[in-house]
Amino acid sequence: MTYTAAAVLGVAGALVLDLVVLRTRLVAGRVWWATYPIVLAGQLVSNGILTGRGVVRYDPAAVLGVRVAYAPVEDLAFGFALVLTALSVWVWLGRRGVDAPDPPRRR
Amino acid sequence: MRHLTYLAVLAGCLVGALWLEPVLRVGVLRRWRRLLLTLLPVVVVFGAWDVAAVAAHHWHYDPDQTVGLLLPGRLPLEELLFFLVVPVCAVLGYEAVRKVLRR
Repeated sequence: MTYTAAAVLGVAGALVLDLVVLRTRLVAGRVWWATYPIVLAGQLVSNGILTGRGVVRYDPAAVLGVRVAYAPVEDLAFGFALVLTALSVWVWLGRRGVDAPDPPRRR
Repeated sequence: MRHLTYLAVLAGCLVGALWLEPVLRVGVLRRWRRLLLTLLPVVVVFGAWDVAAVAAHHWHYDPDQTVGLLLPGRLPLEELLFFLVVPVCAVLGYEAVRKVLRR
């Protein structure tokens, strides 16, 4: 499997987790879409440094070759999946009452 | 100093987000049990992806720009830290946005 295919699967998996498995439905709410651009900006800067300076190097055969701020476009999908997964689990745990409970249904 | 490059980027991410805890009082670090339980599946799932990607030669890390500590699966220590730092920053950001939108 290429990184491209893995990245598409990763996004699909995170969406299924958010919408079906944990039913946190973050991507249907405004807080996620207000948060994600901020996270994305941070990713473009930090990942831009990592890839621009060659801290991480990619096999050209594993990616499409489209680059955004030095990084393969697949990294955007990886970041989306990573952050959506983390926030979905975070919100789910909150609704289950782990630590100080959140008001229910807020997104 | 070059071997600290990756660590410095991670430190930069933390600096960019940790101030939200005291300034906006988002209470993310205060809810440390919930935070640790959030980190656990993320580290396992995305760590496994990372190990598989390195094994499949999708990407590799420059030994000169990492501290040189390799974890099982040939992941540099910084990758483990990445899977801790990024979710913490994301949760801090999410709770900050939630707090601001609720005002």
